[in-house]
Amino acid sequence: MSVKRDFAVGLFVWAALLTMPFWMPAIGGYTGLATRVVVMGLGAMALNLLLGYTGALSFGHATFFGLGAYGAAMTIRYLVPSTPLALLAGIAVAAAAGAAIGAMIVRRRGVYFAMSTIAFGQIFYFVAFRWSSVTGGDDGLTGWTRAPLSLGPLTLDIRGSETAFYYFALALFAAGVGAMAWILSTPFGRTLVAIRENERRARFLGLSIERHLWLSFVISSTLMGLAGGLYALLNNFVDPRTLRYDQSGEFVIMAVMGGMRSFWGPLLGAFIFVVVQDVVSSHTENWMSVIGLVFILVVLFFPRGLLGLLGRRAPA
Amino acid sequence: MIQLVLFGVFNGLIVGAFYALMAIGLSLILNLSGVINFAHGGFLALGGYLAYSLAPTIGFWGALLIAPLITAAIGLLVERLLVRPLYGRDPLYSLLLTFGLAFIFQDGLRTIWGAQSVPFSPPAAMMSPLSAQLFFLTGYRLFMMALVAIAVGGLFYVLGWTRLGLRIRAGTRDLETLSTLGVDVRVLRNLNFGLGIYLAGLAGVLAAGQLGLSPTMGDGLIMPSFVSIIVGGLGSLVGTLLGGLLIGVASGLAAVFFPSAQEAVIYVMMVAVLLARPRGLLGEEGRVH
Repeated sequence: MSVKRDFAVGLFVWAALLTMPFWMPAIGGYTGLATRVVVMGLGAMALNLLLGYTGALSFGHATFFGLGAYGAAMTIRYLVPSTPLALLAGIAVAAAAGAAIGAMIVRRRGVYFAMSTIAFGQIFYFVAFRWSSVTGGDDGLTGWTRAPLSLGPLTLDIRGSETAFYYFALALFAAGVGAMAWILSTPFGRTLVAIRENERRARFLGLSIERHLWLSFVISSTLMGLAGGLYALLNNFVDPRTLRYDQSGEFVIMAVMGGMRSFWGPLLGAFIFVVVQDVVSSHTENWMSVIGLVFILVVLFFPRGLLGLLGRRAPA
Repeated sequence: MIQLVLFGVFNGLIVGAFYALMAIGLSLILNLSGVINFAHGGFLALGGYLAYSLAPTIGFWGALLIAPLITAAIGLLVERLLVRPLYGRDPLYSLLLTFGLAFIFQDGLRTIWGAQSVPFSPPAAMMSPLSAQLFFLTGYRLFMMALVAIAVGGLFYVLGWTRLGLRIRAGTRDLETLSTLGVDVRVLRNLNFGLGIYLAGLAGVLAAGQLGLSPTMGDGLIMPSFVSIIVGGLGSLVGTLLGGLLIGVASGLAAVFFPSAQEAVIYVMMVAVLLARPRGLLGEEGRVH
């Protein structure tokens, strides 16, 4: 029953994703917005590995998103105009930062874990903000564009065609999400859920909580780096706001709004958040209040998220 | 050179006093209720703007007295209506709620008072330097330091020598036992929240006179306040105070000698402290989380 339903849900999600550039205009969007949904969805899902599955409250995940974005952008701007290398560089930077920061905070719990993740993120924000000669400072890093992708004899023009870039991003999304699903199905993934459910019992069983938490943090940061790299390529631009704590908060609200106890919940949350943000910010100057209101309403009335509301249980 | 160092240290102490005032309020709420109040910066800015609007009618001194009280009253209301339903739930939710609230505060302040920063002046007599040598020493700055010291002293008095303070300290240790002893912890948390917000409002009025008013003025203060708490050690208010002053001085000195690092230096200090002493300067033994 559950396997069947998961299969049906998966089928529906992939069908929707594969056709998104075609139906997005019908709800007032455009191809770039569809790509944004996929990229932010990947970020929210990556965060959810930590938030929903491991039960660790990271409120600073924009750090790794932004580092992925800057890693990719600076590679193209200063080193080589190669899309794969740019993404790899972004991922590597995010993973390294995740490993270092993770090691310093895995012994903290709850609000203190959250506070530490936020504070660490600020370091990178201020570096990006102040070191203008390299990062472009507050104005962001411009003067570069993503390069077409050459696959042997074939060339995929992800620079000229938004649609081509969408499917490129979707392919990487699939790879990232697939890896996550696989990780969650392994004994390691099950252990993360066990830690979330009852840390003390897991510890008594002889599991190293800190090591599992750290690994989960690093994997999550790595995927976040991929999302950030794609985000930079999508916009051909990156600025310090990708690193800021409000961005972190937005990822958390996406995960919570969609349902952090379900695999696809954060993607749904990202879809709603990105579309609403796009619509609202083009209609009113007070979009910040609307977003703030979304936060409050979700917390007070839909704490289990939309998928939680439908009574779905996490596949774990 | 000496003058420059003094300049940096003194500026740092002032900024540090703001960090500390804010961080202590945050700490109070965090320790008793387990809530990270992201909207703290918004309350601070609200205090400043209220003083700005009140000052023409009731004067600077009246505003200094009244504005933090109004801010605290709004804080009591927010706690009662929005934060209270979240106690006992995953801390994630109160964090998200106050995060959203911070957005609304910022947007609201901008809508009411405009996006441009507005000047707010304490009495002119207080603004002139006391000596040409130490040009950065104005009466207002000394007054600010004194007032922060009084506020912090007053708070420690309340916590250490009054019934309310005793209950707050007891509740921080063990809320359940306190509740079974007949103390209404809902009222206690409410008052405690208001107390924290009062300090934010006071910091807002003082900061307005020093830094000017803008809707985002709280933003620059809230992160360093988190760092103050982490550096000082979780659970220790004295530690928070010390942490705030310390990172304030560090950033004040950096502003003089290495301006581009004036923000980052705070976080570098945090990393250094965390590596050398994971529980923070005065954090309790064995309480890393």
